[in-house]
Amino acid sequence: MIKFTNVFKAFPKGGLALKDVSFHIAKGEFAFLTGHSGAGKSTVLKLVYAEERPTSGAVRVSGFTVAEMRRKDVPMLRRRLGIVFQDFRLLEDRTAEENVAFALEVTGARRSTTPARVMRVLTQVGLAAKAKAYPRELSGGEQQRVAIARALVNEPTVLLADEPTGDLDERATRGVFQLLRDINASGTAVVMATHDLDLVRQAPYRVIELQEGALVYDSAVDESRGQAVTP
Amino acid sequence: MNLVIREALLAFRRAPLLSSLSVTTIAFSLFVVGLFGLVAVNLQRALREVAERVEIVAYLLPGTPIETITLAEKDIEAFPEVQAATYVSEDSALARARAELVEFRDVLQELERNPLPASVEVKLKPAYRDVQHVNEVAERLQGFGFVDDVRFGRDWVEHLDRLRQIAAAVGLVVGAAFAVVAIIIIGTTIRMAVLQRSREIAIMRLVGATDGFIRRPFLLQGAIKGMLGGLAAIGLSYGAYALINRWLIHAAFFSTEQAVAIVGFGMLIGFFGSAASVGRHLRRV
Repeated sequence: MIKFTNVFKAFPKGGLALKDVSFHIAKGEFAFLTGHSGAGKSTVLKLVYAEERPTSGAVRVSGFTVAEMRRKDVPMLRRRLGIVFQDFRLLEDRTAEENVAFALEVTGARRSTTPARVMRVLTQVGLAAKAKAYPRELSGGEQQRVAIARALVNEPTVLLADEPTGDLDERATRGVFQLLRDINASGTAVVMATHDLDLVRQAPYRVIELQEGALVYDSAVDESRGQAVTP
Repeated sequence: MNLVIREALLAFRRAPLLSSLSVTTIAFSLFVVGLFGLVAVNLQRALREVAERVEIVAYLLPGTPIETITLAEKDIEAFPEVQAATYVSEDSALARARAELVEFRDVLQELERNPLPASVEVKLKPAYRDVQHVNEVAERLQGFGFVDDVRFGRDWVEHLDRLRQIAAAVGLVVGAAFAVVAIIIIGTTIRMAVLQRSREIAIMRLVGATDGFIRRPFLLQGAIKGMLGGLAAIGLSYGAYALINRWLIHAAFFSTEQAVAIVGFGMLIGFFGSAASVGRHLRRV
């Protein structure tokens, strides 16, 4: 599904962002990506959705090899992924349902089925009643739910979430996290970058920890050997 | 409604201020081009009117039989450069001189013998009213045995030629400069519209929009803005033309084709300006 093999990523001015990172996330898995800010979590996610390319090593995502992808294949990869950010990235001048429908429209999906599919995901995230609301009329948690609905509407195999609860209060955080767990329970793999360790401790999911660009802990590998770096 | 059209039109509703600013900028840029165009059009018209008077006169030897002249007239009219050849007999030459040269009326009245020769007046087609062609035709006329002398205002035709060259050069250089300035201003305006929506473009790319999908509404929007700006520029030019006509000189306005060309120019700049801006933006994100 997602496979990093000896991945290095250097930025022209930023030095080495990732150093020899290898891991494999299987279909339907839920994995936390943890570490301090600047540890390389976002870089890992950017490599997954082909916003960046590895300097060396291989990144493979659901059949695509990121380093060799042509520019025009990138949208095809992204349609198989759902991406959620800390800052929601909603279009301010469109309603919740328009924001979600937009993700369907860009893929050229059949227009006759759009309203039903949009309503279904909005119901799934618990926002069916606020379909006509604009982002500014919604709370942070609600905006993030719209973003998640948008990520889900194309039925992705993986949901990438970059600090999805970073800007949310505790209550909204719990709600969004529960939603991600529900989504995972229905078969979608979830990769969630976060530095919220309380959240990480709450659930029995895999944890991959990065420190200054290096992978220092992977519960799937290290726990079997009984040497956890981070509890 | 088609998605591309919907997205293109939505942009006008979402950013009405920036959109109308773009259209206004395009309108005034093209208005400057249009004003220059009006000057060029009128200058050209004036030159054409002057060129109307380019004429070659072949004076005939006395006693040339009228049949020969009639045949020759047909020959001359068959020259590719010639629009019309008109025979002027001695008598009608004298009659014309009497009518036109009022100061010499007395002298002309007292003549015992008509001193004026018969002639064939040759008018060239508009495209051939220049020194080179006038010379060629004059030489060919000289070849007729019954032609005594061929006259045309050589200096005058040369001056006219020179004037035409200057007008063409100035028109080309200044016109091109104005057009380039318009292209730069319009391109910058459109770039602003693209940058204003860079966040939206980034989001579109994240959810899997292809470059073509992102680009198309911008291209359509650019073309619409260019068209609206072009139409407004024609309106402004017409206003200027009406004022000039009323208070200054009698001038000509654009032909329909020229007006369409200005609007088309606006559309093209809008379209390609958008293509360049979005393309550059997409390559960076």
